[in-house]
Amino acid sequence: MGGTSPCASCKLLRRRCTKDCIFAPFFPSDDPHKFAIVHKVFGASNVSKMLQELPVQQRADAVSSLVYEANARMRDPVYGCVGAISFLQNQVSQLQMQLAVAQAEILCIQMQQEPQMPESQEITVSEAERSYLMQNNLMGGMPQLMSFASPSNNVGQEPLKRESLWT
Amino acid sequence: MSSSNSVEGSYSKRCAACKHLRRRCAEDCVLAPYFPATHPERFECVHKIFGAGNVARMLKTLPVQERAQAADSLSAEAYWRVRDPVYGSTGIVIQTNQEISATQCELAKIRAQISMYEARRATEQQLPPPPPPQVVMLNLVD
Repeated sequence: MGGTSPCASCKLLRRRCTKDCIFAPFFPSDDPHKFAIVHKVFGASNVSKMLQELPVQQRADAVSSLVYEANARMRDPVYGCVGAISFLQNQVSQLQMQLAVAQAEILCIQMQQEPQMPESQEITVSEAERSYLMQNNLMGGMPQLMSFASPSNNVGQEPLKRESLWT
Repeated sequence: MSSSNSVEGSYSKRCAACKHLRRRCAEDCVLAPYFPATHPERFECVHKIFGAGNVARMLKTLPVQERAQAADSLSAEAYWRVRDPVYGSTGIVIQTNQEISATQCELAKIRAQISMYEARRATEQQLPPPPPPQVVMLNLVD
């Protein structure tokens, strides 16, 4: 008589909508399409079982996600939601590549702007000279240069130390 | 003996779906190619979430060459739903969207830093060079 109208699920399933109908809070009668697609993809009894297994406070979120997945499956019957996930994961990969490139670029810029090392101001040995000396076994020059740069080294004891340094 | 063997043989060839549903697996069973008996958990997941009837109906509406992909995606969604009964595969979508936002944010920050460095470098290059020391020519004549 003064009863509320049946929810969308009970309307579709043509049954009496009881006051403890598990679907009623989530499938109001003014949006029949919402339940229709969920029923088509998952089936009313499966949805009912899934909701019954969840605490009441989580059911609204579960229904929203089921509706989302059902919609995705209707739009793409082959891939459904998995298609959307693949697309998004591709976006993540592309963004991560762009991020890596940008990070490398800023690292280069920062390295170019680093100040010169103060210890090597008096004697600067270029990388080319250093490798020439090492290749031609002229390592004797190196520790002397180093000791000149750092006067605390004892030049007399260098030959033994040199081998351990450079081998 | 041989007849029971053949019966057993036909039973042992049932797909996971027909085994689970305890029915004879027909030659043209739509589920058999995608739910082999070797992976019963795959069908159990899909059956729990979608129902065998819904899955069979969905596969039947698709061309044969697309059914394998559809079965795989349904299995994946069912698996995620069993793992996360509240959000299912939607949870993966949400997570991935968050990852995209975070990465875009990071990328924007670094690009802004790069632009700042480039602007600074451009400004430094635009500064006029210091004037050369002036040579004063003394006009001693006269």
